This record gives sequence, structure tokens and C-alpha cells, in this order.
Amino acid sequence: MYGLGMVRSLAVTLKNLVLPGRMFTVQYPNRRINVFDLAKRSGSNVLAYSLKNPKPALKALIGLASVEDRLPQHPRFRGQEFTWYEERCTGCASCAKYCPLGIIRIVTSPSGAFMQEGEKYDIDVFDIDIGRCMFCGLCVEACPYDALHMGSGFEEGSYSRSQLVIDVERLKKAPKLPSVWFRPQMESAGYDPHAGVELDWRGAGRHEKPSVHDQEETWAKR
Amino acid sequence: MAIKTEPITINLGPQHPSTHGVFRMRVTFDGEVVVDLEPVFGYLHRGTEKLAEERSYVQVVTLTDRLDYESSMTNNLAYVRAVEKLAGITPPERGLYLRVTASELQRIASHLITIGFMLQELGVFATVLMYCFRERERVLDMFEMLCGARITLSYMRPGGVTQDAPREFWPALDDFLKQMPGYIDELEELISHNEVVLARMRNVGILPDHLAVDSSITGPVLRASGVQWDLRKAAPHEVYDRMEFDVPIGAKGDTFDRYLVRIQEMRQSLRILEQCRDQIPEGPIKTEEPYFIRPPAGEAYAFVESPKGELGFYLISDGGISPYRCKIRSPSFINLTALKEMTVGSKMADLIVIFGSLAVNMGEVDR
Amino acid sequence: MCSEPTGGILDFCSVYRLSAGLLPSGAEWAAFALAAVFLAFIVINGVVAVTAGYTWFERRVIGRFQARIGPNRWGPFGLLQPLADVVKLMTKEDLVPEEADRPVFNLAPVVLLVPALAVVAFIPLGENSFLGRVNVGVLFILGITGLNTFGIFMGGWASRNKYALLGAMRGVAMLISYEVPMALALAGVVLTAGSMALSGIAEAQAVPFALVQPLGFLVFMIAASAEMSRAPFDMIEAESELGSGYHTEYSGMKFAVFQLAEFMAPVVNSVIATVLFLGGAEDVGPIPGQVAFVAKVFLLVFFLLWVRTTWPRLRVDQIMAFAWKGLLALALVNTFAVATEMWLLLGADAQLETRDLWIMTAANWVVAIAAVVVVANLMGQRKIRPEAPVPSPLAKMAAEAD
Repeated sequence: MYGLGMVRSLAVTLKNLVLPGRMFTVQYPNRRINVFDLAKRSGSNVLAYSLKNPKPALKALIGLASVEDRLPQHPRFRGQEFTWYEERCTGCASCAKYCPLGIIRIVTSPSGAFMQEGEKYDIDVFDIDIGRCMFCGLCVEACPYDALHMGSGFEEGSYSRSQLVIDVERLKKAPKLPSVWFRPQMESAGYDPHAGVELDWRGAGRHEKPSVHDQEETWAKR
Repeated sequence: MAIKTEPITINLGPQHPSTHGVFRMRVTFDGEVVVDLEPVFGYLHRGTEKLAEERSYVQVVTLTDRLDYESSMTNNLAYVRAVEKLAGITPPERGLYLRVTASELQRIASHLITIGFMLQELGVFATVLMYCFRERERVLDMFEMLCGARITLSYMRPGGVTQDAPREFWPALDDFLKQMPGYIDELEELISHNEVVLARMRNVGILPDHLAVDSSITGPVLRASGVQWDLRKAAPHEVYDRMEFDVPIGAKGDTFDRYLVRIQEMRQSLRILEQCRDQIPEGPIKTEEPYFIRPPAGEAYAFVESPKGELGFYLISDGGISPYRCKIRSPSFINLTALKEMTVGSKMADLIVIFGSLAVNMGEVDR
Repeated sequence: MCSEPTGGILDFCSVYRLSAGLLPSGAEWAAFALAAVFLAFIVINGVVAVTAGYTWFERRVIGRFQARIGPNRWGPFGLLQPLADVVKLMTKEDLVPEEADRPVFNLAPVVLLVPALAVVAFIPLGENSFLGRVNVGVLFILGITGLNTFGIFMGGWASRNKYALLGAMRGVAMLISYEVPMALALAGVVLTAGSMALSGIAEAQAVPFALVQPLGFLVFMIAASAEMSRAPFDMIEAESELGSGYHTEYSGMKFAVFQLAEFMAPVVNSVIATVLFLGGAEDVGPIPGQVAFVAKVFLLVFFLLWVRTTWPRLRVDQIMAFAWKGLLALALVNTFAVATEMWLLLGADAQLETRDLWIMTAANWVVAIAAVVVVANLMGQRKIRPEAPVPSPLAKMAAEAD
């Protein structure tokens, strides 16, 4: 009262100005860095660092130096470029069927090989139009053989819509960094795609894939 | 001698900084005083109800994310509850607790946005908004841990939730519960005692309790008018009957009460979150459901107390894989009904603040 | 003219004598014009450069207040950001609405800018201002800052936009109202200093007038922030209500000029307040006067930013009520108190000693606190007191549990 409440609000904003941990902006893709942080990053003190690398130290002093930076992501992050394991995919097209938007297109031809519970098809076309994708992950949820996973990145922006269609070649070539979303087996194994270690198809599924011989013995001939 | 003046009509919106999206009010002003107001909506109509009729029951969950995009979790919850009622599914305990945890986190995030934008509309130049977004960011981080997304979550499924909480979720929740009361205190210190805020918000846009009930207004707006009505208490869903919490109410239903009720509700949500963390049992999180659920023919209505009010889904099934009809009772839309009664006679600046204090979300109004 | 020597180097008379010496005799008019153009060039460019720096400062400080960073990309620490802003605004299309009153529309930014620039010529940055010792400085400032009402109303009226018109109407009502308490607050200063000249007032402050007349300082700062329509009185623009008020329809360079005038206002006002209430460019102990001057201006500007980032805006009727019921009363109390004290303390030589100023300080602080409490009570602070909630009987509805 008598304007003291207004003074109290002023104190709160000043607190937020002064206290160091209050700022929450993250600069992306690179952030400006001061000379102290720069020296700390290279593991030496300011003086030694400035004597050794005078040019970057000077740049940092006048506020022009920048380093790459990004927020830590959680392993479940539903990212953009899908991770797909050809070895696990039977071409059943469950993902295409379950997609609420119908943006997955799959064309297959019989291959003659057999997997655990059925025939394996050759995938001729596997188009995902991520320009229309909403990253709900229902396709991943639907995949019975853990062949399709959400990706972990988010930098797939491009200048034309046609480049947003992921085709089978791109899926094959893409780095295998699957998100652990809806893949508890990967999560319990402690896999984190943001550590940058690629996961091969054996680790991605709930169980080892049997050999063609085993499959024929156990399933196809039965 | 009276000077002859003419009223002017202004279209506030659909492009206006404080119409929360694309709301339009055709307002007639006599100088600065509102003499008539006509809400016009439909600019964000996406046909959610019709789209639901051609999606399978699980696929509709992704549509509900986009209704009130500030509180996707409670939208998911209301919808999956309707499906469960229709198909006779009983989710396991741990799933219910995870749902309550997620909904209460969402309630805090949603109230933070509301308070931030309310103060923004009072003209604080985004300071409170930034502080609120900073705390909301922590909630969104926890959502990313839970389900890999921050806004369009699609976390819940008929029969439970998609995934159990990861290991790092519980320490993060502990941290949040430890630090959040301090931040709420700070927000109150910043806003609740400020004389300018009080002068702008006290006795502005008073909504009497009988008018609120007659206009079927729900949620914090109703409670600010003094009506102690919370569906979490009145008709407990999920595991709210095992939780201990109070239902805060306002003194007379002015704009400041609507703000104060939201602050107090955040504290109650923290209480519920603490109890959830302590009570949550081990066990399965989801019943095994086929991907294409085929509920028997019939109809069901399920509601939850969303951050904006009573959010209900009315589903009719004809036995197929998608709903025959899906009707959404969205609280934002119905809370707008008394807008004219609340604003006529007040100043233009009050109109903006009253509208902000209703906290409508156009994604939900136009559906 | 300019026969007596002046102490300054960069005031009008020195420049005039210099140019008159260079030109053949008989061409005094040319020397006069040359000196005027030269000084105008220096003043305008100096003020614009300071304003550009100030926009950077404002954005960085408000950013930090809001837990953000603010512009830090373009140049060292983002210092070249104002340059980038200007380039961006200059490349924008200059739109004039078809219905607009073209000449008035084009003139409005200039009318708003010129008074702010003209004031600077009268500020004593050392012993002298750019125009030497002007003995009616306070009167001139009050007169010329009142002109910005015209700029705002011209802009709002000419653009034929309802938001702009509403903003302009609010602006006229508010700016005229706040002229009154502002002038009354300055009356106390003029009384105490016994001079209307800004340099005279600065010299008279053995004790800063902000201490001697806290009420006057308070009223002046409030009225000044209303005059420049800054928070909590920024209802002319009122971004969340009116889009952007009177300059809704402006774009490109005209918009830039409006912004320039708007960002210049806090700097200019802080400078005036420093001269009138904080001792101007007097030396503070070992610190040279100019440094102390800049530091004081900096402090005031920082305080204005602090307020802007913390407090919401008042409603239009509350702003008017505050001016006429609150500030006018406070300003009158201040003037009355100062006049009474002067009458009691002024000795036979009609000179105030430093001791007298301290006595006035003590008396005025008591008066100030009492006056604020009384006015706050009269203005109805009981109305905003919280009440205990009572549950409504209407809550006894039955819900169908499932």
C-alpha cells in the first residue's frame, strides 16, 4: 500500500537482473562467449590462454567470439529424420496404415526370403513426406518388428517441399540414431542417440533376428 | 451543455495483438467506453469434430493435441476417458497416476501462460510473460522426457499412457516441486501487491456467481466468482479422489480474483504432484488394446477439469473403428458467453484485460 | 552582438566570432548563418547518435530484466544493432493510406522530432549551453516540450485509422493534463534557485534539489514520464490495446523518425531532470562535472527502464484522475511549502545559505511523506484492498460420477 507494493515489484525485477542463474535464453546454433568461458573451455586460465592464443582472446574480449551450442535433448525426443532398419523391415506397411495423415507410401515386391512370422518383401518405395508429418509417432508405435524409429535431429528444414520427402535411399543412408520413444528395450539398455553413437539393427529390436534357415525351420515349414 | 458525439465501431481482431489468436470482437465505443460488443469467431476452424469421424480411435488422440494447444495433456485425458467409457476399458493404476501427474504439470504450465499474457495485456512489456515462460520451460522439459514432444504431446492412449516415465523424470519432478513454490511466491511478490495492477484489475469485469452459473461457465473463471465447483472434487476422475487438495475461490469474481485463483491453483497442483510422486505404485501402465479399437455401438460422455474449465468429449460409436460422431464441449467457447455482460460499460483497456482473464484459447473455441 | 566574451568554446557566440573573423567584414549575416548551421549540425547529429546508443542500451537492459539476452549479434556486444535497425527501416516501403491527409501525415513526424531536438540546445553541458546563457531556459523547455502534442495528434488524425485516432485523442488529453503538475513542480525549483536560467539553477544547487524538494522531484519525474508516454503512462501507444496507437499507419523512414523522437524523449528528459534536480554538470568532489553529469543521466535512464519493465500501464481515466487529483495536489503542496520556507529563511541579502537548504530538506521530506499518505488515502486506496472469499451457495450442484 502507499506505493510500497510497486517498490516490491521493482525489487523482484532487480533480483532477476542481478542473479546470474535467472537468464534462460539459449543461443542457437552458436553463442557469444566471453574470454573467461573461452579459457575455461580450453582448460586453462585466462592469462595463459590469452598469451597462447591472443587473437581469439582479443575477439572474445570485444564480444565477437562465438562457439557452437545447443540445448541437451532427451533421448525420447521425437525427431525429424526417421531411422529405418532395412534388415528388420518385412514390408508389412503397418506404419503406412496407421499414419493418421497417410503420408507414408510403401511399394514392395516379393523377395522369397522369410522372417520370423512371414515373408520378407523387397522395399521398392518407402516415401515419408515429412513436410506434412506431425511427428506423433504412431507409425513407430505400429511397427511390429521395430524397424522404423523416430529420428533424433530437428534440422531438416529446406527450401523446397520436394526435398522434404524422405525416400528409401535416404532412409538407408541416414545415420542410425533412433529416438528411444516407444522403444523401452533401447531405453533400458541405456541408449542415448544424442551421444552420437550409431545403433545397428541388432540393438534396435526386442530380439535377435533369426537366420533365414531358422525361420524356414521354425515358421515357414510349419 | 452536452456535446453531441457519435459512437464508433471498431473491429478488435482478428489481427490484434491481444486477441489470443484470431478472435474478433465487433465493439462499439462511445469515446473509450464499450456500449456494445459482438464476438465473432470461426477463423481457426479446422473441423476437428468432422476429422475425428474418419480417424481410428487412437488416431484421434493426435487431433486433440491441437484443440487447446496450451494444455494438450488434459485434452488427451478427456478424449481417452471417453473412449474408455465407450469400450469399457479400465486402465491400470500406474497409468492413472501418470495421467494425473502429467495433467497437473500441464495445469501449471497453462496457468503460467494465462498469468503471463494477462499481465502482458495490462502493459508490463513482457517481463512477467518471460518469467512465466521460463518456469513453463521446465514443465515442457519434463514433457519431453515423458513423451518426446513439448507441445503436441499425444501421450495418452485408451487404456493408459504410451510409455512409463523415464528414470530421469522423477529427480526432475523432485527439483521442480522443490523450486516451484519459490517461483510462485516471486510471481506473487511481483504482481499481487503492485498498486497499478490492483487499480487495473480490482472491480473490473465483475462476473456475479448467478450469471456465471447461468452461462454454464466453468473452471477458474467460475471459481473466481465464488462458486466452489471443481470436477476433480465434484466428480473425481482418475485418482483424484485419493488426493488431498483445496479448491480455491475468489471473493467477488473480478479480474484480480481470476488471477489469484490461478496462482492458488498452481500451489494446489504442486500438492497433488507431491502426493502422486509418493503414492505411485509399480505395475503396468497400459492395458493391451488392439490398435483399431472397436467399441460396441453406444454413446459416452466423459469430462475432465482442464485448466480452462470442464472439457468434455461426447462420442457415439456404431461399432466401427472410428467414432460415428464426436462432439467437444470446449470450456473456452462456453466461457465466452458472458463476455458482453462483463464488458459493456467498461473502458477499452478493461475489455482487453477481461478478455485476457478469461484465458480462452482460439484453437479450442473454433475447434 | 556577442561583444562580451563567454567562457565556453562550443557555444553560439564563440562560433559566431570565429566565423566572423574568417569572413570579410560586412558579411555578418553569413557568419550568423554559418554558425547556426554548424551548431545545428553538431547538436542534431550528436543527439541522434546518443539516441542510437540509447536504443541499444534500452534493449540490452530490458532484455536482462526480462531474463533474456537482448541484441548481441551485430557488432561487438550488438552495438551496431541501431545501425541495422536504421538500414532495415530505410529499405521499407513508405506507405501512405489512400484516405490519409497527406501533408499533415508527412509533417507529423517532423513536428514531433523538432521540439525534442530544440530542447537540447538549451541544456548547459558545462557552464554554458550551446546557445550560451539563456535566461529563460525553464520557460522555453516547458513551452517547447508542449509542442509534441501537435505531432501526436497530427499523426493520429491524419492517418484515418480508428486505433490511431483513439491513441491521438488519449495523447492530447494526457499530455495537456500533465503539463500542469510539471510546470508547478518546476515552480518550486525556480523559487529556490531564484533564476529561470538552466545554468543558474544548476549552480544554485549546493544541495541537489532532488533532496531539497523530494515531492517536486517525484511529481516532475512522474509528469515527465507521462509527457514522453513511457510506462506506466504509455497509453498513447498501448500496444496490447491499440496496436501501436498514433503511428499505426506509419512505415519506413517516417516510422523511424517517430521512433527516434520517442527514444530521444527519455534521454532528453533525464538530462533536464539532471540539470534541474541533480545538480547538473557541477563537479562532485574529484569527479569532473561532465563525467558526473553523464553518470547521473545514466542512472535516471536506468531507473526509467526499470520502471518500464516492471509496472503495468494505467487506464486512461485513472491516468487523468491521477494527474488532476493526485499530482496537481502534490505539486501545489510542494510549491506552497517551498514558498513558505523561502519566506521564512530568506535573509536580508535575499540569498539562501547551504545551511538553509538543509533545513528546507528536512522540512520538505516530512511534508512529502505526509502529503503522499493523505493523497493516497483520498484517492481511494481502500478500494483495492483484498477481501476474504465467501463460498457461493450455487455450488451445491450434483455431478454424475462415472
